[in-house]
Amino acid sequence: MTATATATRVELLSAAGWSPVCDWDLLVPGRGVAVLLPDGRQAAVFRDGSDRLYAVDNRDPFTGAYVLSRGLLGSTSDGRVYVASPLLKQRFDLATGECLDDEGVRIAVHAARSV
Amino acid sequence: MTTTKPTLLLVGYGMVGHRFLEALAEAGAAARYRVVVLAEEPRPAYDRVGLTSYFSGRSADDLLLAEEGFTDRHGFEVHLSSPAVSLDPAARTVTTAAGRTLSYDTLVLATGSYPFVPPVDGRDAEGCFVYRTIEDLQAIEAYAAGARVGAVVGGGLLGLEAAGALKGLGLETHVVEFAPRLMPVQVDEAGGAALRRTIESMGVVVHTGIGTKAITVADGRAVGMSFTDDSELATDLVVFSAGVRPRDQLAREAGLAVGERGGIAIDEHCRTSDPHVFAIGECALAVDGRVYGLVAPGYEMAVSVARQLAEQAVQPFTGADLSTKLKLLGVDVASFGDAFGSTPGSLDVVYSDSRSGVYKKLVVTAEGALLGGILVGDASAYATLRPLTGTGRPLPVPAESLVLPAGADTAVSLGGSALPDDAVVCSCNNVTKGTIRAAVTDHQCTTVPEVKKCTRAGTNCGSCVKLLGTIVADELEASGVEVDRGLCPCFAHTRAELYEIVLVKRISTHRRLLAEHGRAPEGSEGCEVCKPTVASIIASLAPVLEASGHILDGEQGALQDTNDHFLANLQKNGSYSVVPRIPGGEITPDKLIVIGEVAKEFGLYTKITGGQRIDLFGASVDQLPMIWSRLVAAGFESGHAYGKSLRTVKSCVGSTWCRYGVQDSVAMAIQLELRYRGLRSPHKLKSAVSGCARECAEARGKDFGVIATTNGWNLYVGGNGGATPRHADLLAQDLDDEQLVRLIDRFLMFYIRTADRLERTSTWLERIEGGLDHVREVVVEDSLGIADELEALMARHIGDYQDEWAATLADPDRMRRFVSFVNAPGVPDPSIRFVPERDQVKPDLVLLATEEQLLAALDPDNAPFPAARILEEAR
Repeated sequence: MTATATATRVELLSAAGWSPVCDWDLLVPGRGVAVLLPDGRQAAVFRDGSDRLYAVDNRDPFTGAYVLSRGLLGSTSDGRVYVASPLLKQRFDLATGECLDDEGVRIAVHAARSV
Repeated sequence: MTTTKPTLLLVGYGMVGHRFLEALAEAGAAARYRVVVLAEEPRPAYDRVGLTSYFSGRSADDLLLAEEGFTDRHGFEVHLSSPAVSLDPAARTVTTAAGRTLSYDTLVLATGSYPFVPPVDGRDAEGCFVYRTIEDLQAIEAYAAGARVGAVVGGGLLGLEAAGALKGLGLETHVVEFAPRLMPVQVDEAGGAALRRTIESMGVVVHTGIGTKAITVADGRAVGMSFTDDSELATDLVVFSAGVRPRDQLAREAGLAVGERGGIAIDEHCRTSDPHVFAIGECALAVDGRVYGLVAPGYEMAVSVARQLAEQAVQPFTGADLSTKLKLLGVDVASFGDAFGSTPGSLDVVYSDSRSGVYKKLVVTAEGALLGGILVGDASAYATLRPLTGTGRPLPVPAESLVLPAGADTAVSLGGSALPDDAVVCSCNNVTKGTIRAAVTDHQCTTVPEVKKCTRAGTNCGSCVKLLGTIVADELEASGVEVDRGLCPCFAHTRAELYEIVLVKRISTHRRLLAEHGRAPEGSEGCEVCKPTVASIIASLAPVLEASGHILDGEQGALQDTNDHFLANLQKNGSYSVVPRIPGGEITPDKLIVIGEVAKEFGLYTKITGGQRIDLFGASVDQLPMIWSRLVAAGFESGHAYGKSLRTVKSCVGSTWCRYGVQDSVAMAIQLELRYRGLRSPHKLKSAVSGCARECAEARGKDFGVIATTNGWNLYVGGNGGATPRHADLLAQDLDDEQLVRLIDRFLMFYIRTADRLERTSTWLERIEGGLDHVREVVVEDSLGIADELEALMARHIGDYQDEWAATLADPDRMRRFVSFVNAPGVPDPSIRFVPERDQVKPDLVLLATEEQLLAALDPDNAPFPAARILEEAR
């Protein structure tokens, strides 16, 4: 997770190193995009209302569908930013990958940066 | 069948009989007895009090009291069309008209009453009717089709109901009352005069102080009437509605004790002179020497007997309150307590305004305690005044302030706080204020619907529901129960409050609304609840806010749920479904072919929806623009199946083709669907238009439903299918096209303005204070003076409508989102795959089970194949 508002390109770290995602301006605050990783896996990259960047697995562990990038962002009263799955609305902390509605569930968090 | 259980035989399956069965089940005694029910009529118990609503569109089935499966669930054996004709108390048997003899251990007589027909010549002629059963009404309806003039003998409660029905059937209507005024039992002379003026102004001719001497008959048919003052009246149809008499024949012939003027004599536990036989309801003569012709005392007796049979303690039945509140021909009439001031030393407080047809009288003691009263033309105070009657305590405010019209300087309307705990709030089910308070404090009810369910208060006539609301609100506040009515953790306001804030302050972004009116800490993101809700409010008000009318523009694009964001419906495997609009369900063969071609080309699963449209499933996000380019080019537009907005207006084929149709339902459905398409609302909106009373479009299961009549359209609102089905209520009848559209405009905008998030019209109607009556006042009578504003808002919506899909295709910015992967445009999502089923495709869910399976499936040797190819191989 990195904060900047001036950079122009977003990158994501995977086993193959940093790979380009898209122009920063393509990210809409409060929404996400899906990214295809070189190994065939998928990540979801988000920009929040304060221009912070997050990346997590795109797979919704509750349904198996690759849809988390299409969820809406929200924040809890103590300031944790999360994405709500568009299918059954479970919420996942974007910084830690923890599911806020089911303690035992966690999704992978990826490193993302803007350069 | 052999059984060791004692047999409980119920003779009579009307309202009171049904309440008895319900109470038996509630008391847990249903299984103790073999319960056998003999019903004279061909159908189970129905709402006889609401009988007249049969003429305003409620079908015989709608009037039924029991929910589906009630008698089966409790093992009650019901024999319809099986009147009992004799009773042998010694042998403990009852014989039916068909000659079947049934034994009983306990017998409950709930035989009700029969209409009294004065013994005048000609009373049996063709064209003479009574007003008691659904069959009576059906016969009147059929005969009225060939008649011009109708007369009702009897100007009491039922007589005026019947007059309303004849008027509604289009007859020139006369009411003949022997007493010097209308409703002589309930209202005094001045009240009767106010009632008469209003009813006459509606075109009903009222004759009082004359008796019917004979019916003039020609060729076996009624053609006129002659009266005691030697006057005559030419009429084609006569309805006798001159009161009812208890049906005590069965008991009388069996030698049970009956009253001099009829009625099966009972003790204060409803037992007749035979210890094995009870009598309840209108057939019974209570210990106070009265036969009660109202449903509430009948219910009280029913519950009492059921509880005794369950071996529970009961209060003796010594008499009942005769208070009534009704709406007759649209006029409110209420009469309660000592309405005629017969208590020695009683005093009257009277307000009368003959211009508006309002008459109110309160009867009080010298100390100011309320004894009773009469309300004509405005009975809104009835709900609070009746429970205060007879308590012996002085009224909390001067009596005169309670009869003045609302708005007058010193007029006061009492809330629930003025009532003592023992005051009966719901007289139909005998529920006190104390019981209602206990529902909140002891049973954790926090809403009016919960309290209704818990206490049964307000579940019969509904006149106390408004009062119920104030008692529940007061109690919640007093008990310190914090009911957070806020929309979500970010806002303490309800959706309706946010709507007002957005409208008044012209706020066009979620960010500003959250910063200025939210309760979340600074820098909050908002949440998945408030974002789409606020987006919907902004979309509803977009023309007024001068915000973009397109839901994907600017900040709005970031607030939408994925369905609105991709203008399609997300399915379980991450693919989307597409529903083009097919207004009214009418579609040309060419357009059908286009849908078929598109589905075939993109390998989509197709299914006909319940709303007369076609749903195309299995599109990936990158296919959506291609699919829609084809559909838009063929003249389709978005069906908004993805939005909280108008879905479809279903229709039957109507008068154009159908031999029963009376109006062009298809044309009306198309007109309505095109008018309200794209309208964002708190929840989805469904509608339907039926071309006749057969109701093939199922309009009464919709948020707003329209049913054709020979005179125009009836408008029903608040219907719902789904998990909690609800039949829509009649809002207004016999409307022309223009009136219909105007009322729907107002209704929808009022709903959008005041409903909670995801609150369908059915729950909204149950929740809002005043319920259907309030909505009718606002929408039809414009009681809040906002009708112009509501209409103007709708006009702006209609003027600004654009097809979301056509507008999206035309704008590269809006189109940018339609890629599966932002770093690999054009690469399809490998997780969206299909397998064949019944000659179409379905999602391959195996693939979704683990990531490893998906990755294995992506192996180059096992190349991905599109849905179209799967189908090909399957053939």
